[in-house]
Amino acid sequence: MYSEKVMDHFSNPRNVGEIENASGVGTVGNAKCGDIMRIYLDVDENQVIRDCKFKTFGCGAAVATSSMATEMVIGKTIEEAMKVTNKAVMEALDGLPPVKVHCSLLAEEAIHAALWDYAEKNHIVIEGLKKPKADIHEDEPEEE
Amino acid sequence: MGKFIYLDNAATTAVHLDVYKSMEPYFTEFYGNPSSIYSFAAKSKKAIEDARHEIASFLGAKDNEIYFTGGGSESDNWAIKSAAFALKEKGKHIITSKIEHHAVLHTCQYLEKEGFEVSYIDVDENGILKLEELKQAIREDTILITIMFANNEIGTIEPIREIGKIAEEHKILFHTDAVQAYGHLPINVDDLHIDMLSASAHKLNGPKGIGCMYLRNGVKLGPLLHGGAQERNRRAGTHNVPGIVGFGEATKIAAKTMEKRTEYERELRDYLIDRVMKEIPYTRLNGHRTKRLSNNANFSFRFIEGESLLIMLDQKGICASSGSACTSGSLDPSHVLLAIGLPHEIAHGSLRLTLAENITKQDIDYVVEETKKIVERLRSMSPLYEDFIKEQKEEV
Repeated sequence: MYSEKVMDHFSNPRNVGEIENASGVGTVGNAKCGDIMRIYLDVDENQVIRDCKFKTFGCGAAVATSSMATEMVIGKTIEEAMKVTNKAVMEALDGLPPVKVHCSLLAEEAIHAALWDYAEKNHIVIEGLKKPKADIHEDEPEEE
Repeated sequence: MGKFIYLDNAATTAVHLDVYKSMEPYFTEFYGNPSSIYSFAAKSKKAIEDARHEIASFLGAKDNEIYFTGGGSESDNWAIKSAAFALKEKGKHIITSKIEHHAVLHTCQYLEKEGFEVSYIDVDENGILKLEELKQAIREDTILITIMFANNEIGTIEPIREIGKIAEEHKILFHTDAVQAYGHLPINVDDLHIDMLSASAHKLNGPKGIGCMYLRNGVKLGPLLHGGAQERNRRAGTHNVPGIVGFGEATKIAAKTMEKRTEYERELRDYLIDRVMKEIPYTRLNGHRTKRLSNNANFSFRFIEGESLLIMLDQKGICASSGSACTSGSLDPSHVLLAIGLPHEIAHGSLRLTLAENITKQDIDYVVEETKKIVERLRSMSPLYEDFIKEQKEEV
């Protein structure tokens, strides 16, 4: 059901882990739906992403899209990182099954959430960046 | 080829070699239509009646109370829809449980759209039906109670005799989906007060696409499939002769081996459960500790997601299943795990391992070792686990 690239990124995920004193951290998703992604960014003084790491609770596609997204933003400026869309992540993975497209959206949102955190900490405005959707913890008390 | 350990025997089983051999002549040699008049067809007809007798004997039923169908789902559909339509003048209320197979649940939901009312009875944290709630749900116009014999996900065995008695006392028809139990537990329809029962061959080393319904004599039920006069006018369609023969043979073997086989599986299952619960922290056993199918183990590992676990097990040659949303094709995890009270995120991290008699203790050791490593690895990648560990540190 998954492409070889997805299986590769799932089996050997790149950049798993945490960054201490990260420049920006973003967590998106919801445990109820079975996907949570957390992205850590290390951004240098020239606004270049020096390092990016992730932690993900989720299915094979969620892990693979997180892994691919981290690879795609490392070395990029924050403006360039803004252009890493879910479509780009999906294409880089040679596609995802239709029911898994939301995983790639989550990867894009996670990068954006981490950038938002970085922007807030540094009191800057990143063009085109919107405030991330409710944090996972805000969703928790909610019942169906 | 590397390791291959099949631990998904609740999904389906391998056809027993003797079953396969028993079926073979009915494909190419005795291919006659059992409904035909010439003597060549008599061989097929005899084979069907022999198989019917085998199944009836296993259930403590009469031969003419067994009807062959296309499988468990068809039997469930037939029993529930036909009972509802046959008794709609008497009442429109049906009782079932929250943990039924979709073949029952979706049939009940369909009937709700057709104007019937359905009560879905709760189960306790081990998956056992709440009998008091069942009694309270019974109304003047209740026409059918349908409760599964044993659950396909968590393996819990329901108090079928008690439910049968309650149904009998209230003169309500009682159907049980025994797809997981048939061939794995002793079943006597009289002793358990069962009026209708669904079974399927491929769960007991028989072929796929063949099942049966036990229908107590005297219960008047129309057909689900209309057409020819097969199965005493109650199930149209040319008999699947090789399938029926295989079902009969599988039943014969299952009946003969049941005691020893289930004892062996139970020992192995308990060994598996003990090791997993002892060696993998933050794990929950789903289903009743002892009142469960001899081959079923179902765990929830906190902080991880089931599909990832299944793919990694597959890479180690282990076939298993999960109740996570990703394996169900929806956003919600298994309705069974939610019904026993698991929060969504814990239900997502479930693993079902269903054994068979060819599995060895060495196989189980391998599976436990690999599962341990995989759970550890997935937890190291999980933001939920990271948060949990940080919270623990803060508390200390």
